[in-house]
Amino acid sequence: MSTEAPAEPAVNYLNASYGIKSWLLTLDHKRIGLLYLATITLMFVVGGLAATLMRLHLVEPQGALFEPETYNKMFSSHGIIMVFFFLIPSIPATLGNFCIPLMIGARDVAFPRLNLMSWYLFVTGCAFVLYDTISGGVDTGWTFYPPYSSLYAQSHVVAAALGIFIAGFSSILTGLNFIVTIHKMRAPGMTWFRLPLFIWALYATSLIFVLGTPVIAVTVFLLGLERLLHVGIFDPAVGGDPLLFQHMFWFYSHPAVYIMILPGMGVISELITAFSRKKIFGYSFVAFSSLSIAVISFIVWGHHMFVTGQALYAGLVFSVLSFLVAIPSAVKVFNWTATLYRGSISYEAPMLYALGFIGLFTIGGLTGLFLASLATDVHLNGTYFIVAHFHYIMVGGAVMAYLGGIHFWWPKICGRLYPDMWARISAAIIFIGFNLTFFPQFMLGYLGMPRRYAVYAPEFQVLNVLSSAGASILGIGYVIPLVYLIWSMRYGPIAGPNPWKAKGLEWTIPSPPPTENFEEIPIVTEDAYNYPAIEPHAYPDSQGVASV
Amino acid sequence: MKVLLQPVIGILAMNVPFQPPAASTIAEGVDRLYLVLSGITVFFSVLIFSIIFVFMVKYRRRKEDEIPVATHTPLLVELAWTIIPSLICAVLFVWTAAIYVQNGRPPRSSIEVFVIGKQWMWHLQHPEGPREINELHVPVGVPIKLTMTSQDVIHDFYVPAFRVKKDVLPGRFTSLWFEATETGTYHLFCAQYCGTNHSEMIGWIYVMSSSDYANWLAGGEKSESLAQLGERLFSQYGCDNCHASESNARAPSLVGVYGRPQKFATGETRVVDESLIQQAILTPNSVRLPNYQPLMPTYQGQIDQEQMLELIAYIKSLGSEERKGQ
Repeated sequence: MSTEAPAEPAVNYLNASYGIKSWLLTLDHKRIGLLYLATITLMFVVGGLAATLMRLHLVEPQGALFEPETYNKMFSSHGIIMVFFFLIPSIPATLGNFCIPLMIGARDVAFPRLNLMSWYLFVTGCAFVLYDTISGGVDTGWTFYPPYSSLYAQSHVVAAALGIFIAGFSSILTGLNFIVTIHKMRAPGMTWFRLPLFIWALYATSLIFVLGTPVIAVTVFLLGLERLLHVGIFDPAVGGDPLLFQHMFWFYSHPAVYIMILPGMGVISELITAFSRKKIFGYSFVAFSSLSIAVISFIVWGHHMFVTGQALYAGLVFSVLSFLVAIPSAVKVFNWTATLYRGSISYEAPMLYALGFIGLFTIGGLTGLFLASLATDVHLNGTYFIVAHFHYIMVGGAVMAYLGGIHFWWPKICGRLYPDMWARISAAIIFIGFNLTFFPQFMLGYLGMPRRYAVYAPEFQVLNVLSSAGASILGIGYVIPLVYLIWSMRYGPIAGPNPWKAKGLEWTIPSPPPTENFEEIPIVTEDAYNYPAIEPHAYPDSQGVASV
Repeated sequence: MKVLLQPVIGILAMNVPFQPPAASTIAEGVDRLYLVLSGITVFFSVLIFSIIFVFMVKYRRRKEDEIPVATHTPLLVELAWTIIPSLICAVLFVWTAAIYVQNGRPPRSSIEVFVIGKQWMWHLQHPEGPREINELHVPVGVPIKLTMTSQDVIHDFYVPAFRVKKDVLPGRFTSLWFEATETGTYHLFCAQYCGTNHSEMIGWIYVMSSSDYANWLAGGEKSESLAQLGERLFSQYGCDNCHASESNARAPSLVGVYGRPQKFATGETRVVDESLIQQAILTPNSVRLPNYQPLMPTYQGQIDQEQMLELIAYIKSLGSEERKGQ
């Protein structure tokens, strides 16, 4: 471990070269991570604005602001942008790109040029979708179900599909790059079971990227063909099958849920250990639960289709598999909780995000049982219950973890500290605003309010107004970090190499790191999270926890 | 301002419903399962939140340089919290699957109503002949089977009070059944996004006492039954030239085919259902019988969805008459 340096290093990756060209042609994984950060922040703002307008519209049953057609375009843009252009790349492409080489003791990812290329592909995809939004929008929902999307929709479906198609290649290349990097670039002594759990999570995510994304590429490609040339593959009038699209779409899009949440789980393992100064409880169980989630996620897609007229036995099989995928997630929650036991816990902002994640993810996961369960899913499918459930996972889970990770590694990224009090306040505001926004939606769903309704029955108004009120609080919670993080880049106090006194190779080098990361490639001699601890003499080893 | 105050007033007046009306035979079972799942959610959430809260307070960092006590990972603990949730999930699965399978099959005594979904309305046809738009009148205490298809995109027939929902697809038939237990008026929603006015593709289900229902049926315009209308179409399109009920010469007789397995020229065996009859009318050669020449022309584009339902109703009635005769 290097000792704390009082000042920023004179030359680091941020000031090693100047000018727009030095960024646009950079091969440095850290700079590419920041390029992604800027891009997805822009996309998040656009998608967030759409959500804000939707919630405003829904304060009145007959719709306060828009024609139904406009509202339909709002929720479609919101879904497409947030899923494909924010959540999927969020943690892997920003924090993953930035951290993987630092955490495994490498100078860069395995294929730096490919890494830059995947950013350009992603930006091209973003450009198509933004063009699409500006030029009139798409109104199919993010799920693009034909024959509506292929034959009936009057909006710009092909541009959006093309954007997703292109951005998909960015996912595939990033996944490929990460897999090879993690296999081949680990520092001497960094064995698989000494890897930080964030790396395990990203490895599992990369597997899904590489195996799943080609399927969505094929799916939207066929949709484009169908729309432009009417080949008929999804059109029942000429012998096609609209349900085939749904099978193909969910074969990717259910694993994609785990693309969004697995990296978040990895971040949480880092945060919980760092702020309780403890070894993770059950390292191998947490690591293998990531892999088993990645594998099982590929065989549960049918639970999106319980009410499509799917065969009875298919429904039963998909139901039991969907229950099964809940188990490794539960194991993770239990292990994180047990990690806190006998720790030395402090409550800086990243830890607040991590604890918020555990709470919201627990609720999100448990409400998933309602949807794995056939009899209740029939009632809840297609209602606001679904909306609430997946926002608990994707916003309460993935976005909380993303923000926690950004706050945790921010001092490493820019060498500066942000005002911790503001960060804690905004974490609390986000937590409260989130629950107020989405908890009423569980109730709305059980009452039977369908999703994607521009106008709704008057008895649903009270809960909708509550939800909209929560959304305005949530919006404020997201704006505050944007302000103080940008402020801190120039005016924040110098962070030093390891402000959290955390373990991990990334904290042994200066902040911001030099372009080549490590002057000398480190030799790893200890497990991950090897925080100093006193052996409990009072208890025999195996009963340390069992006696709780 | 009024808008902002509304939730406060609403909650104070307990104006927020917590449960949708439960008005079908299956609603109670679904609600019980929902309640148990809610209980499990609350129990585990509270359990984890309280453990975290206790740890947060008890093990907060008191000195910057304090060194915590090591804990190790006993295998037993890991196994326990893997196996216990698995067992809970297994029990839940068996329970929910039992309800689902039980609800899957409509009783034989069901009244069959045809449903056509189209952007953005529901078209319903009673077997006795009355047609309704965005409204369905049904008697209480009688199982109703809906046979549904779409004329354009995918829709979804959803009645929250009955806890039933099923997609309505173009080019094939899906079915749904319920038995209402309470008279009253209940929401009908389209629950699969279907385009611009998706949120206005809504209607009402009127559950009536059997005497009210009989009056309602009698009060409407006198019309022929679906099967009778279908019979007229059957001769109008010249189907009876070949498919005459007593002759098997040029084409098979259709008496009694509905609901039975049939072997086709392609070698596959399928049960003749609504989807298959529609397929036979639109693309006859795809379901030709082995001993017959491919003589039948396609009726693609000539028969609309309503006429299709009438023809299907007629062909189904051929089956049931024969069975009654046996």
